[in-house]
Amino acid sequence: MFARCVDLAPGWDGASRFLPWIIALMVYLSGLALSATMVLEQIIDRWRAGLQGSITVVVDPFVGSADAQTDARVEAALSVILATPGVLSATPMAKADVAGLVEPWLGKDLLSMDLPIPRLIDVALNRNGDADLAGLAERLGTAVPGSRIEDHKVWLQKVLRLARTSELIAILIVVLIALAAAATVVFATRTGLAVQRDVIEVLHLIGARDAYIARQFQGKAVFPALWGGTIGLLLAGITVAVLWLLARDLEGSLLPTVRLHPPFLAGLAALPLAGAAIASITARVTVMRFLARML
Amino acid sequence: MAGANHLVRFENVGMRYGDEPEVLRDITFHLGPGSYHFLTGPSGAGKTSLLRLMYLAHQPSRGSVSIFNHDVASTPRDELPDLRRRIGVVFQNFRLLDHLSALDNVALPLRIAGARRDTIQEHVAELLTWVGLGEYLDAQPRTLSDGEKQRVAIARAVISRPRLLLADEPTGSVDGEQGSRILHLFEELNKIGTTVVLATHDRTIIERYKHPVLHIEQGTLSVRRNVAKGGK
Repeated sequence: MFARCVDLAPGWDGASRFLPWIIALMVYLSGLALSATMVLEQIIDRWRAGLQGSITVVVDPFVGSADAQTDARVEAALSVILATPGVLSATPMAKADVAGLVEPWLGKDLLSMDLPIPRLIDVALNRNGDADLAGLAERLGTAVPGSRIEDHKVWLQKVLRLARTSELIAILIVVLIALAAAATVVFATRTGLAVQRDVIEVLHLIGARDAYIARQFQGKAVFPALWGGTIGLLLAGITVAVLWLLARDLEGSLLPTVRLHPPFLAGLAALPLAGAAIASITARVTVMRFLARML
Repeated sequence: MAGANHLVRFENVGMRYGDEPEVLRDITFHLGPGSYHFLTGPSGAGKTSLLRLMYLAHQPSRGSVSIFNHDVASTPRDELPDLRRRIGVVFQNFRLLDHLSALDNVALPLRIAGARRDTIQEHVAELLTWVGLGEYLDAQPRTLSDGEKQRVAIARAVISRPRLLLADEPTGSVDGEQGSRILHLFEELNKIGTTVVLATHDRTIIERYKHPVLHIEQGTLSVRRNVAKGGK
């Protein structure tokens, strides 16, 4: 694919000595971004699968009210919920179970502290999405003051928005580093063109086409980029592996078991090639534009 | 004359470098296929500038230059390499690539033209042996004397059997015997149809051969017949 780089004098390309490291950084951050994106996607998929078609109705106890009063309000809420079209089932959680949910933050003695613990009703909706949640909220507000609906869809959309924003930021960082890598290639190639001007003119006058000369510079850019890209990929792999091991040890982890899908692996493996392609194309465009000014 | 088959045709050509005054003015001449001309004139008269126009290193500032029946100004840029491959140039200061061996320097035109590696090796070694550098195939230019560099440069210019050979002082750095061998090589190439333009200050060379002379002085050109005193 690339001509041997014998026609260009060695030792001129000092300006490109940073190129492997910039490409390594680009590939490293791209690898992390790609891995983070993959993990986020899997987390969101798991949450989406778990929360789709369900809502939670919260019945807040009145201050100073007895449990029996709250239980009665929960029963009233259940009646309203079950009378709503599109509702498949409604299951109130026991007070002890609700206390268990906040136990990691408030401690084990929550029940004995007599705190006003909200009651939760887990409501399953049919998958058609035709349940009248607005009507339900209105009826609950009338029948059981102090109750409200927690629609997971809203929460999930916020999480999705956060995830998508994180992905965009990651892509933006990678693009900026790619631009920095391209700028480095442009700078190194221009230096090379200036240093090798006499050689280039001789090649030109002997009958070398622009593409022949450009290939020589491409070769000078591609191999350092491939080398740097491989280093970056290796470091990204090590970082991801360490993070995965740490995450796996988390108790009750939010992270799902990460599966390495073939497209993800192919994407990772292609990163050094992408870095090399950026270097190659940038060098080619720079040289061709320079040579176009010659006769 | 305009419709005739000329290898090189200059019509009222002027040339300048940047905004400087013209170094060549109103140059008109035609070179037919298989012709042999000397190019003479005092230093700074414009010989190298004229050669630069002929080997397509520079555009004329006015007039028209036609090489191999292609008007240079109107020839698409991507067709110029094909024209250049038919021109062999011996540069005054050799312009060898210092990091390449003598063999690789001479092989350059063939490699650029996409010749096979074994063909390149065979032809280049044979030619370098012919110019007396058979033992220096792997030598780098910096280890060679000026005379040896000049022979490498000449070998590079003729390796691809150019139709037009332009030589700027090709015998300036070699001894008499080597100079004669080089001139003999040019004569032989000319006999098989190569058009030769040889720039030289050496009156003895001009007087030895009866080729016409393109004389350039203060940027203007005149074509002179040459009456040989000896040799050919």
